[in-house]
Amino acid sequence: MLRIDRRLLAHIEWPLLVLALLVTGVGLLTILSATFHDGHLVSAYVVRQATWAGLGLIGMVLAISIDYRTLNRYAYPIYGLLLLALALVLVMGVSGGGARRWLGVGAVALQPSEFMKVGLVLLLAHILHRWAGERRLTIRRLIGPGLLIVVPMLLILKQPDLGTAIALGMGAFTVLMIAGFPVRLLVIAALVIGPLLPYGYHHLKPYQQKRLDNFINPQADRLGSGYHALQSQIAIGSGQVYGKGYLKGTQNQLKFLPEQHTDFIFSVYAEEWGFAGAAVLLVLYLALVLRGASIAFRARDNLGALLAAGLTGTIFWQAVINVGMTSGALPVVGITLPFLSYGGSSMLALLLSVGLLMNISMRRHTF
Amino acid sequence: MFGVHEVSPVVRRRVSLAMTFAVVVVLLLGARLWHLQVLHGEEMAALSENNRIRLRRDPATRGRVVDRYGAVVIDSQASFDAVLVPEDARDLPSVVETLAPFLGQTTAETQAALDRAAGRPAFQEVTIKRNLAYDEVAAIETHQVELPGVSLRVTPSRVYPHGPSLAHVLGYVGEVTQEEVERHPNYRPGDVVGKAGLERQWEADLRGVEGGQQIEVDALGRELRVLDEAEAVPGHTLVLSVDLALQEAAERALGDNAGAVVALDPRNGDVLAMVSEPSFDPNAFTGGIKPALWRELTTHPRHPLNARATQGQYPPGSTFKIIVAAAALEEGIVNPFTRIGCPGYLAFGNHTFRCWKHGGHGSVNVHDALVGSCDVFFYQVGSRLGVDTIARYAREFGLGAPTGIEIGNERSGLMPDSAWKKQRFKQPWQKGETLSVAIGQGAVTATPLQMAEAVATIATGVRYQPRLVQRVEAIDGSLVREIPPRVAAKLEVRDTVLKQVQEALVDVVSRGTGKNAKLPDIAVGGKTGTSQVVTIGRTRLKASQMKWNQRDHAWFVAFAPAEEPTIAIATLVEHADGGGGAVAAPIAKEVLKAYFRLQEERTGVRVAQN
Repeated sequence: MLRIDRRLLAHIEWPLLVLALLVTGVGLLTILSATFHDGHLVSAYVVRQATWAGLGLIGMVLAISIDYRTLNRYAYPIYGLLLLALALVLVMGVSGGGARRWLGVGAVALQPSEFMKVGLVLLLAHILHRWAGERRLTIRRLIGPGLLIVVPMLLILKQPDLGTAIALGMGAFTVLMIAGFPVRLLVIAALVIGPLLPYGYHHLKPYQQKRLDNFINPQADRLGSGYHALQSQIAIGSGQVYGKGYLKGTQNQLKFLPEQHTDFIFSVYAEEWGFAGAAVLLVLYLALVLRGASIAFRARDNLGALLAAGLTGTIFWQAVINVGMTSGALPVVGITLPFLSYGGSSMLALLLSVGLLMNISMRRHTF
Repeated sequence: MFGVHEVSPVVRRRVSLAMTFAVVVVLLLGARLWHLQVLHGEEMAALSENNRIRLRRDPATRGRVVDRYGAVVIDSQASFDAVLVPEDARDLPSVVETLAPFLGQTTAETQAALDRAAGRPAFQEVTIKRNLAYDEVAAIETHQVELPGVSLRVTPSRVYPHGPSLAHVLGYVGEVTQEEVERHPNYRPGDVVGKAGLERQWEADLRGVEGGQQIEVDALGRELRVLDEAEAVPGHTLVLSVDLALQEAAERALGDNAGAVVALDPRNGDVLAMVSEPSFDPNAFTGGIKPALWRELTTHPRHPLNARATQGQYPPGSTFKIIVAAAALEEGIVNPFTRIGCPGYLAFGNHTFRCWKHGGHGSVNVHDALVGSCDVFFYQVGSRLGVDTIARYAREFGLGAPTGIEIGNERSGLMPDSAWKKQRFKQPWQKGETLSVAIGQGAVTATPLQMAEAVATIATGVRYQPRLVQRVEAIDGSLVREIPPRVAAKLEVRDTVLKQVQEALVDVVSRGTGKNAKLPDIAVGGKTGTSQVVTIGRTRLKASQMKWNQRDHAWFVAFAPAEEPTIAIATLVEHADGGGGAVAAPIAKEVLKAYFRLQEERTGVRVAQN
């Protein structure tokens, strides 16, 4: 199974690999800065994140070597295991920051929701690749996949982790759309769900309601819950064109930024590197996403196309929502920035995704 | 092996659509960042600076004020303020409720103090009440546990140890207003600033230089380190020309009367005493005056806030005759021997001008006319001088213009002339009006300070600008600035004229209307005055028969010792129950007595004529 085909080595997907490693490197540097004020030049966070990245690289090699078509056969068992893990999180999970998101495995805590992002895309690609682009993609046929999407989302919302639930949903949405989900059904769905949103608002947690309120008017409560959004915008804006310089971001160093090494790492980066640095980072993400999309475009089959599109879409939406929320263009939903935010499970899952993408790219010529 | 499904064209189309979509979304994000970092970058940079550095202000101790012999007139003492950091109070409403009674406030008042500070940065303390009483301090200290977030802050506070004494001169301090903050960039809300009198006029010297610390804080408002520190420099000390002991004697002499006493040193313009009664206690203003007290002060029928010595404008009455006499002699209208008959009245046009003495003074020269304060003589002389000439001399004596004393809000009085009448009423001057002016009535008004200046001028021939502050000293006693005496005008009269008027004024006290100011062993020159508040009717009423506010004002101006004057004094009693000789002269006498007694005590030299 682990036999490496020589033809595969000739087709190594270098561009995606280089882009992913570049962004991961930027992430490590930024985590170093975000946690710099602890007094140590190299913080424990950086060491841990680098370790996870190393593990991720091993995972990536594994993900490359197993033909994605083989993996496809295990889509349901993988999904089932992850769903079980998500349920276990709610029962015996490790708490942190007011939420139960982790499952203790020996010395490490894993976050099943991060792996579910990959697992769900795998499952949806598995289900949909047979009908993708055909008229047979009907509502009736979508009820099953719909349920498979909603159940893990609800489990994650229960943690509570709105951001990850949204990321999961957006990844699934991408697979559906690429598979040819009828646009008119989307319009109908929007018309049906839209009016229900105010009702949904009442079912949000008070802190989530506040975040939405603050998005609409962040100035209203400058020292209360609008604080994070505003401080983040101040951090980003104060970077101006060229930034304050690496390790010199005052907003971050003085802890004005909340969650500065996870959800708000982009603010730290943008404060220190300015618009110039932020633009470079955006271009890196765009290149990575376009490369992922081109892998989907050039895939040899529907399965590879849907899988590549779903994995790329998950990364894309997270990056967009994260940059949008830290810069005040979107409400604060607590979503991480792929490759930059501190988080072991996230890093591992991301590098697995990259591995899978490379897998698809490298096997487009094989049978 | 696997069911291979070729990539459907729909999937390919959707993927390329998605790529376009991704490019557009990333461009939108880029635009958002351009907006934040490039268009609003500077703004945001300023905001992030404010976040980081907090200023703690360390107010300078306001300078002291001492009298000419070093007695403390205004002091700065440590006072306790109750401050509250709302973020530190876990249950703010209950803390407010607990705190209020300890400060003698209602919960609403305490809450109001808190509300006024709305919009302040986090973790900045809010002053709830200044200048706490001892028991309030004790209450907060002992209940510290029930009052999380509440603490005591020691700040310098203004103290006027002599209460209402000299209050109008000293003025008072208060919290800077919003307007003042906008006008002076160095002031911030909550700063103490001089609001009236010396406190206001000498603000620049008294204030000192505020110190402070730049403290770096984190988002929780916790202080990380002091970035920069500047020590506060205390304000300078003002050394007054006032002799506090004489001031107190003058206050005692004036007693319960409403009025003013101004004592000057005619040799340099030093203000030795300046009394305005009734007075107020400037301590009540320190830390914010209570609204009820403010209302009482502003609506009191005797207007205690009115600084009568410099703001009260009264017709000078017969004290004005000093000026007319000097003018007449200098202009050659009369010589010392010119006699004018006084039958008790003067018919002028279709009006009869009366002399205060019903039966008349008979034939009088200028000396007799001053001694007996003969109105008819001055009607005649004034009419020959003309109002414009009288006005010219009066201005040399300092009337009709502010003296320039450095306490602000001084009134200039009024010395009318034909030009003034034309400008003010668009009418020509009537000759009859000159007669009123000649005896210090009509439109003529002067402040007690101006009359003290006038009598000092006749005593020496030179008019000095009144000097309240002799010098400014730094906190260590070193000299910052000396305020030299300043000659305001040299009287344009011959020495012989000066001598003639001075001699007449000495006789006013030795045997004329000013007898009540006579001292046993020192020659005093003086002049009485009784100025009408309402026009006299056919029958003269006794003061006791008139309403208080319609009674005449009583004046007495004097200088002593006559040969070499060292003190000039003006005394005014508002709405007195008697004329200048009866009411004002005895007050002046008390002040003069105190002055010479104090001089003897201080120098051991007895000033005596005989």
